[in-house]
Amino acid sequence: MTLRLFIPADAGALAVGAEEVASALGAAAARQKVAVDVVRTGSRGLYWLEPMVEVQTSAGRVAYGPVAASDAEGLLRAILADGAHALRQGLTEEIPWLKRQTRLTFARCGVVDPRSLEDYRAHDGCKGLERALALGPAATVEEVVQSGLRGRGGAGFPTGIKWRTVAQTPPQQKYIVCNADEGDSGTFADRMIMEGDPFVLIEGMAIAGIAVGATKGYVYIRSEYPHAAATMEAAIAAARRGGLLGNRVANSSFAFDMEVRVGAGAYVCGEETSLLDSLEGKRGLVRAKPPLPAHKGLFGRPTVINNVLSFASVPIIMDKGGAFYRDFGMGKSRGTMPIQLAGNIKYGGLFEAAFGITLGELVDDVGGGTRSGRPVRAVQVGGPLGAYFPRALFDTPFDYEAFAARDGLIGHGGIVVFDDTVDMAKQARFAMEFCAIESCGKCTPCRVGSTRGVEVIDHIIRGENRAANTALLEDLCHTLKFGSLCALGGFTPYPVMSALTYFPEDFGAPPRLLAAE
Amino acid sequence: MSTMHQGSRQQSRVLWNKDIALTRIRECLDREGPLLLILHALQEEFGYIDQAAEPLIAETLNITRAEVHGVVTFYHDFRREPAGRHTLKLCRAEACQAAGGDPLARHAETRLGVPMGSTAIDGSVTLEPVYCLGLCAIAPSAMLDGRVVGRLDQGRLDTLLAEAQQ
Repeated sequence: MTLRLFIPADAGALAVGAEEVASALGAAAARQKVAVDVVRTGSRGLYWLEPMVEVQTSAGRVAYGPVAASDAEGLLRAILADGAHALRQGLTEEIPWLKRQTRLTFARCGVVDPRSLEDYRAHDGCKGLERALALGPAATVEEVVQSGLRGRGGAGFPTGIKWRTVAQTPPQQKYIVCNADEGDSGTFADRMIMEGDPFVLIEGMAIAGIAVGATKGYVYIRSEYPHAAATMEAAIAAARRGGLLGNRVANSSFAFDMEVRVGAGAYVCGEETSLLDSLEGKRGLVRAKPPLPAHKGLFGRPTVINNVLSFASVPIIMDKGGAFYRDFGMGKSRGTMPIQLAGNIKYGGLFEAAFGITLGELVDDVGGGTRSGRPVRAVQVGGPLGAYFPRALFDTPFDYEAFAARDGLIGHGGIVVFDDTVDMAKQARFAMEFCAIESCGKCTPCRVGSTRGVEVIDHIIRGENRAANTALLEDLCHTLKFGSLCALGGFTPYPVMSALTYFPEDFGAPPRLLAAE
Repeated sequence: MSTMHQGSRQQSRVLWNKDIALTRIRECLDREGPLLLILHALQEEFGYIDQAAEPLIAETLNITRAEVHGVVTFYHDFRREPAGRHTLKLCRAEACQAAGGDPLARHAETRLGVPMGSTAIDGSVTLEPVYCLGLCAIAPSAMLDGRVVGRLDQGRLDTLLAEAQQ
């Protein structure tokens, strides 16, 4: 009998030794004369258990983790004996952290071989595309509108409305662009999809192409993600061989093909218009809107530009129907959100859940608090442009509007946890510094204001004219917020002002008294 | 292109050569918006973008030298001069700061005797900040050439530095 093992080749697993574990298990199998079939998957997203090895059993897959190369011999013996082992986590699907999730977008991630189209099809892949082809372009667009799906990149604009706008432009060369420039610290969901289930992204983009009449797609992947780019390229090649891409997509009359483009280390290129300029081979300067990319996008042509997670959510919407997806969530935030728990956290990883779960549940119950064991003092939600929330705001539900109402944003769904050793004045200073490093230079408030912001915060930290400089910083943030074209300048005030508002003692002012503490 | 994504080998050291550069430039010309592809190809070949490449690219694409220069200098990835034999990128973004990245960055600077963003005097390694490798649940993280490393602590960092300084 051949033993079937699943070992992630996800960058996060490789970074903690998955390759060494795979070789050690291979060597141990040879010594113990056991036939093994090793499938390299993506990650399930339970990163504190990585490298996590799964074994196929008659009851389902059983997980072991975190495995070190030195565990290989003993682990293999325990697996063969179906006996106890210190690293045994039981049936993967029954691990509470995974079981309490609602995995729609991430249903296959960590389960399938990301380079095998056959495996993708065997796990319900391509069903959304088949239904889209059966419904036709107009009904496909309406199905996505009905689902209530909003852009998962951060802005939360309704995806279906974007698609409808492009579909309504006269027939011409149109483009589908996937924004895979996932630059927000604390986020890695796009990377996981591209490394763990790339065909779902390809399928989602092909559906978009058919729906709006576009024949060419680009995936713009940041250069910091070499593993994701390599897996996407392999998957695109496999999709061409398997008839999922090409002149007759899935034997239909529609043509659609796509390619990977790699960025060059500019955070601002995650902003959609800057990304389009970068794809055209220019400096990644932000464009003024209008014209909308839907009317004049890549090379001046109508363009659907969506985040990886938005496209990756489309196949299940088309397969199960817009109403199925819309039934998850709260208010105007429909469906599920792949939330990423990161930073100083005990149980970090990918947690996909319906909108509405509170920040406190995510950080304390799911995340288990800090890895350092010290109290949680602040969490930054939504990347470098997201607000720092104190514990007093942990009752905020994960929902676009609820976060906006508290001067925050959910962005791309990243939550970075800090313990009580954090210096919030330093974090506020970093937010301005980061804006200065990454500003594209188009808008003066962002280009110049960020550098002045660093200086003003330095004055406050040194105690120089504290009241006057604090007022100046607030004024500067106001100018940045309303005087910048894109979110880089426009949202940098969120981390700065939230740090100043909720943690004034770190800036040398008296602490703020919060009722909920 | 796919070769540049892989491995942690020592970085390429082909000396600047106009003919090789022109070949690499021309290979990209059938693609839409080829400038970034060209710059990536040249940097993969030579390890940096030689100043002599800018007029070549400008002439081939029929754009101004200023436009090419603007693109080369806009993106953090493109080097104007060769890097060390190895490149060690330390993530300096928030998730890694929260997990103890700041003292590690200071430790690396002290060990190499140069500030972040520069190359050790012996040319062995270039130390660079990177703003997020997407390894935020196993922070702090680093990348040595193409190889990713998570759950970085001083011991693991010392191992990486020793490897890079060989």
